[in-house]
Amino acid sequence: MNFQLSEEQQMLADSAKRFVRDNSDVEKHRQNKKLMPLDAATWQQFADLGWLAVPFEEAHGGLGMGPLETMVLLEALGEGLIMAPYIATVVLGGGFLRQASAAQRAETIPALLEGKLQVAFAAEEYERVFTLENTAMAADLKGSEVVLNGTKSCVMNGDQADLLVVLARTVGQPGDQDGLSLFLVDANAPGVERVAHRTVDGRQGAEIRFNQVKVSEAARIGELNGGYAIARDVLHEGLLALSAESVGSLSVLLNETVEYSKTRQQFGMPIGKFQVLQFRMADMFIAMEQTRSLLLAATLKTVEGHADAAKAVHAMKAQLGRAGRKIAQEAIQIHGGMGMTDELGVGHYVKRVTGVDGLFGNADVHLMAMARSA
Amino acid sequence: MDLRVPEQEKAFRDEVRTFLEESLTPEIREAGRMVTSVFAPVKEAMAWQRILNDKGWAAPQWPKEFGGTGWSVTQRAIFAEELVRAETPPLVPMGLHMCGPCLIGCGTEEQQKEYLPKILSGEHFWCQGYSEPGSGSDLASLKTFAEKDGDDYILNGTKIWTTYAHYANKMFALVRTNRDDKPQQGITFLLLDMDLPGITIEPIVGLDEVPEQCQVFFDNVRVPQKNRVGEENDGWTVAKYLLTFERGGQEYAPGLNVMLEKIRLMAEKQQTAFGPLTKDPVWQHKFAALEADVLALEFTEMRIKSALSAGKDPGALSSMSKILGTELLQNVTELRIETLGSQSVIWQPQALVPGQEQPVIGPEYALTAMPHYLNSRACSIYGGSNEVQRGIIAKAVLGL
Ligand SMILES: Cc1cc2nc3c(=O)[nH]c(=O)nc-3n(C[C@H](O)[C@H](O)[C@H](O)COP(=O)(O)OP(=O)(O)OC[C@H]3O[C@@H](n4cnc5c(N)ncnc54)[C@H](O)[C@@H]3O)c2cc1C
Ligand SMILES: Cc1cc2nc3c(=O)[nH]c(=O)nc-3n(C[C@H](O)[C@H](O)[C@H](O)COP(=O)(O)OP(=O)(O)OC[C@H]3O[C@@H](n4cnc5c(N)ncnc54)[C@H](O)[C@@H]3O)c2cc1C
Repeated sequence: MNFQLSEEQQMLADSAKRFVRDNSDVEKHRQNKKLMPLDAATWQQFADLGWLAVPFEEAHGGLGMGPLETMVLLEALGEGLIMAPYIATVVLGGGFLRQASAAQRAETIPALLEGKLQVAFAAEEYERVFTLENTAMAADLKGSEVVLNGTKSCVMNGDQADLLVVLARTVGQPGDQDGLSLFLVDANAPGVERVAHRTVDGRQGAEIRFNQVKVSEAARIGELNGGYAIARDVLHEGLLALSAESVGSLSVLLNETVEYSKTRQQFGMPIGKFQVLQFRMADMFIAMEQTRSLLLAATLKTVEGHADAAKAVHAMKAQLGRAGRKIAQEAIQIHGGMGMTDELGVGHYVKRVTGVDGLFGNADVHLMAMARSA
Repeated sequence: MDLRVPEQEKAFRDEVRTFLEESLTPEIREAGRMVTSVFAPVKEAMAWQRILNDKGWAAPQWPKEFGGTGWSVTQRAIFAEELVRAETPPLVPMGLHMCGPCLIGCGTEEQQKEYLPKILSGEHFWCQGYSEPGSGSDLASLKTFAEKDGDDYILNGTKIWTTYAHYANKMFALVRTNRDDKPQQGITFLLLDMDLPGITIEPIVGLDEVPEQCQVFFDNVRVPQKNRVGEENDGWTVAKYLLTFERGGQEYAPGLNVMLEKIRLMAEKQQTAFGPLTKDPVWQHKFAALEADVLALEFTEMRIKSALSAGKDPGALSSMSKILGTELLQNVTELRIETLGSQSVIWQPQALVPGQEQPVIGPEYALTAMPHYLNSRACSIYGGSNEVQRGIIAKAVLGL
């Protein structure tokens, strides 16, 4: 057992930390009160730093790294509340594209690596509690073509994406793992209608409506009706990345709260001297460390292919929801009125952490998935 | 002891319902549905207050001779419940629930004549100037100074978190008039106009991106001494009197019951792979736990009310109901975002402004969930934080 970063991982961590020191997005969170175009300059910087290449094989022009390196990078980005849609395009999008046909890969991965392609995973649906198998949107077979009809909700980066990875049901009922298929759909294809929206965490997404959208066989990822296993593996890498990013954000919430409590004076002393607040900050610290432990557990088990890796991922996303809620709520409470303002960074981190719990199944959903996967 | 409802109270409930049905306009109803904090959209809330005032129902809790209704405690409870059930926008509390009762108890006859009718009609819009940047929980340390000059005081200093100062034309404020005594003994309670020369107001943007609170600056602001309530340096007594109205007598349970019922209806619409979310044992368990808590609170609040109507001082009980009410509200708003999953992540504050034509993205019932969750975090901070309230119980009830 060894929890030390390799030399390569340390370099990645250092470069990410340097970036975050110079580029915190807290101010951007505060200023963006309407829909914004993609910050192309930052994205180009990501490409130049080699970050877009992290999870791709060297044969595809990538760096041949995996979830551990993604974890190291994302944790640092989370500390700076960096909004660039890395998880949507590189982790989820890239994860699916790696599973795509040789022709699809050749068409998309080089562009992605250059920073010229944005991707989004269209998975969630309105009024359906998210799990992959609960997907209902229909894809009907018409000869060799497939026709998509229905609506995907809260597609992160869906407003900016050039390419959509759509999870749809080709046979069976919601609840069945069999019968799900994955399709690559041009975001500007006829019949695709997008309603862009902001999300609570300062990011953006879209409702995406599919109206008789025709997709050729060549645009499918994996087997017909056999999309579940691919979707699960890619989603789990996405959840690992989301958790790593959130651990970075949670550590900032903890540190800023502790620092604030040392300087804010009431009743002639720093509020950090009140034992009731000390104990709650101690609990925040414990919750933070437990989350970090599960992040390591889930990431290492996934990388090494342990049989209980999926269970650990569910445990981690559940912990993220629960610890995130607790840390966020305490951070506001201990900041008093200041914690409720748009002015302080704390509120923006709170909003991100709160939003993250709602995405791809909240704590309850993942605890239930964990119970069922036992 | 029993829970029977007398016939005349049923008739009263019918009377209230009929009135609400007939007098609520579509705009006011919409504003009621858009509420995401203890405050409703101001324009509609004030329009609703005018309608209630025309009926003589704006301030049921006031004594009849000052414009109250003369209702029994039970009737008032029925009225409050029906307002919540009809999703009316809550009335702005600073005049009706704070300054008004305070003037009734501590004001001069002249002040009562001048201010009370205009509080009822809404002509005067009040804000509460207590907190300062250095004085939040430790309110008695406040520094805004009022220097005597002829018939006036001259004010210098700043107030912060003043809710709706940017809408208000009146403020009731605590100011320091003596720096030498114990902090509590040098404070004076003043009434002032918001358009006086030397006052500047800076709105503070909240987590929901809306400016609800403000910072107010006083630069040599002249306030007549006749605007003082109570004696000079005795404002702390006045403030404590007011506090019993700000904290006590508030009822959370009726509103929580309505929110829970709405959450249940939302959950019925959410499909899991095994049927509607309402059939999911985890969700059922969470929902039932909240229902049990709210039922308990409903009876705790009734016990407080019956103590009040027997003329007893509820004392530290008001701290208990503040803790319970605010934390249950927070838990209920939390269950709501959990019930809605990613639908509550969609952020569209512009759609919360009544009268907007812009279509809502996602289910309309999800629109207020996240702003309400975020805003309700403030409830355990204002009105004396819940840490402060627990401290009061520890000291005053448990003798620690
Ligand atoms: C099963 C058992 C086995 C034990 N075995 C041994 C043993 O083998 N050898 C031995 O020497 N002792 C032993 N102990 C004693 C044990 O170490 C003491 O019980 C312990 O130190 C607490 O002291 P106390 O019981 O006097 O409680 P107190 O110190 O009086 O504490 C009472 C309560 O007040 C709280 N409290 C105290 N100070 C603070 C503070 N500053 N801030 C906040 N809260 C505070 C405590 O957490 C506790 O909840 C044992 C006790 C138990 C229950
Ligand atoms: C939405 C909102 C509306 C408001 N409206 C008004 C208004 O209209 N008028 C007005 O005057 N004020 C208003 N306030 C201000 C409110 O009264 C203060 O925020 C409150 O008194 C807390 O003060 P503070 O924010 O300075 O926090 P602090 O007093 O700095 O407290 C920070 C944290 O320390 C804790 N703490 C402080 N002292 C102790 C202690 N002794 N023991 C344990 N813990 C302690 C607090 O509980 C809190 O968790 C409003 C606040 C909010 C958030």
